[in-house]
Amino acid sequence: MALISEGRFVEDAWRRLADEEALPKTGRVIVSLPRLEHALEVLGTESALGVIVPNTTEPSSLIQALPRLQLILISFPAFSDGRGFSLARLLRRAGFKGELRASGRLVADQYSHAIGCGFDTIEIPEDLAERQDEGQWCAALDAYSMSYQRGYTGRGSILEARRRAARS
Amino acid sequence: MTAVDLRVAQRPNAPVTTYRYDEYDAAFVRERVAEFREQVLRRLSGALTEEEFRPFRLMNGLYLQLHAYMLRVAIPYGTLTARQMRRLADIADRWDKGYGHFTTRQNLQYNWPKLVDTPDILEALADVEMHAIQTSGNCIRNVTADHFAGVAPDEIEDPRPTAEFLRQWSSLHPEFSFLPRKFKIAVTGAEHDRAAIMVHDVGLRILRNERGEIGYQVVVGGGLGRSPFVGKVVGDFVPREDLLAFLEAIMRVYNRFGRRDNKYKARIKILIHEKGIDEIRAAVEAEFAAMDRSVFSHDPAEFERIASFFAPPPYETLPETSSALRTAKLETPAFANFVDVNVSAHKIPGYAIVTVSLKPIGGIPGDATSEQMRVLADASERFGFGEMRVSHEQNIILPHVKQDDLFALWRLLEPAGLATANAGLVSDIISCPGLDYCSLATARSIPIAQAISKRFADMSRQRRIGKLGIKISGCINACGHHHVGAIGILGLEKKGQESYQITLGGDPTFSASIGEILGPGVTADQVPDVIEHLVDFYLAEREEGEAFIDTWRRIGHVRFKDVLRREGEDGADI
Repeated sequence: MALISEGRFVEDAWRRLADEEALPKTGRVIVSLPRLEHALEVLGTESALGVIVPNTTEPSSLIQALPRLQLILISFPAFSDGRGFSLARLLRRAGFKGELRASGRLVADQYSHAIGCGFDTIEIPEDLAERQDEGQWCAALDAYSMSYQRGYTGRGSILEARRRAARS
Repeated sequence: MTAVDLRVAQRPNAPVTTYRYDEYDAAFVRERVAEFREQVLRRLSGALTEEEFRPFRLMNGLYLQLHAYMLRVAIPYGTLTARQMRRLADIADRWDKGYGHFTTRQNLQYNWPKLVDTPDILEALADVEMHAIQTSGNCIRNVTADHFAGVAPDEIEDPRPTAEFLRQWSSLHPEFSFLPRKFKIAVTGAEHDRAAIMVHDVGLRILRNERGEIGYQVVVGGGLGRSPFVGKVVGDFVPREDLLAFLEAIMRVYNRFGRRDNKYKARIKILIHEKGIDEIRAAVEAEFAAMDRSVFSHDPAEFERIASFFAPPPYETLPETSSALRTAKLETPAFANFVDVNVSAHKIPGYAIVTVSLKPIGGIPGDATSEQMRVLADASERFGFGEMRVSHEQNIILPHVKQDDLFALWRLLEPAGLATANAGLVSDIISCPGLDYCSLATARSIPIAQAISKRFADMSRQRRIGKLGIKISGCINACGHHHVGAIGILGLEKKGQESYQITLGGDPTFSASIGEILGPGVTADQVPDVIEHLVDFYLAEREEGEAFIDTWRRIGHVRFKDVLRREGEDGADI
């Protein structure tokens, strides 16, 4: 997997734990959703915990765990399946402050959508990363100077800009 | 700018009758074109596979059709200026075969563009504040509105500022660009529904309450296609300040819970059908309650800014009726027929709304040549403040013509083949492109429309029959809206043969209903006979002033079925 952050391919500081692997006492590990409850019980607050969730997850089921989680990874079963965008938005609304990561065959053209909905990073398979290099991801960040929507992350809002212009 | 554009832009009496881009809108559309140009290059270089490229080309209006690419250009809320119409003509000449096809959703389709040319076409559109954004794909589509907006006597409020507001909100929405399926919104502000809001994913009806406040009745889950449904009310009166938040709540519920396992069951109408409107309403209301609505809080200044572009043009004070018109009608019967059929009442005394039919007898419904587009642009400048509308019936509307000018207008339209006096009549047929162009089609539709049109070529007979909507689709996706035709025709393929299923009783207005199947399918050759028999039966049975659908509702479907059965006994193999 290749990890993209702020338009760059970066090293992944997290390790995805297979369900049969023992939980390490320290370090940054990502567990599956069924294992989350157990991991929260076993691990102390000194270890960094992340979870991978399907895009159909009900956000309320994660509310209790949110303060303990430093990363939530939302999987995209297909790049054209937009449920992950709404889930990201709902998790941000629920107060999640950690890293939000999209995982799947997302293409660079969706980067600004992901950022807008609250994602920080995107992980994609290597074969896709070979076709869509860093330059394309970086360019996607700058494709638009502003957006029409209000309340989404990233670019400035055209509505806000008009409001400011009308006041001045 | 071309010389013509410059001349038009400098024309001192050209009033602003539609939304004009500000620097932000202009930058956005330019950036969209630049992005698409890169996407095309990346597709050609292999950085994007065809599967990956597909949603992005669709969201820029580019389809892969049977023979070639098809580019679908948005005409937001159906409003076009003369300058824009001329640009559409220029594009048709330069990059297509000299014509375009107006669709049932206030779009224009070019059937023969090349992939590598499309960024340049989009650039040419951007020059005149147009685009092809979200005319296709699983996103919020071009927002449509009543084509008589702003001029209809029965209007509560012009729906176009709302539609423009929604155009902006839905453009490149970060969250709602990868929906389970396409999502269509239509807005009306009148007492009569000319925008077919009951058969859209979301239909908005502008209402005024007892306190004089404006709000929206929100109808959700209507749609045609292979599973037709009439929409259901999800919000009785949503105040303007809550409209965006309420729509955002609907979209989020749909994006999360709409089916994605089967594209034929992915529209919001199926979600509502399966879960029930009460459950969906509860989910939308819960989402609405949980939202931070301050983010969406209505910005009256912004709404007013948009609305100001749709201010009425500088009408003259005129008498209610025109003596010049009366005289011209007496002297020229063909003109009188045109006025009686194609001219509608205007809210301002002395003015009229003119429907220019794109349905010449035997022609292709909705097609216009570049020359015709230029004639329309000229006509709108000479007689109608430079403004036109596109109707979902695939005709062009000149919304502000002085009654005194109607005769001169007719004389301009007539030689261009634009004076067919059949607006709303039996030959004003809505038809999809069908098997002649479309890769989804299972049967031809244009030739069927042409055959019916020729069968009823006698205009006096058409006028005697009166208003009657025939709608034809070449497959179950129902782009020709056959479900809501008083007479609907659906082209299917059975054992390698085209077979046409007839439905009766469809209605696209507030009293919406889905047509009922008349009987077994008929062959292409039989369609005109069957339609003629049905029409004759209606004429024999109708009461004074009764429309086809009213007669059908009064005497019942079975009586009409009998007509078809008798027809079969006469020897036809039906």
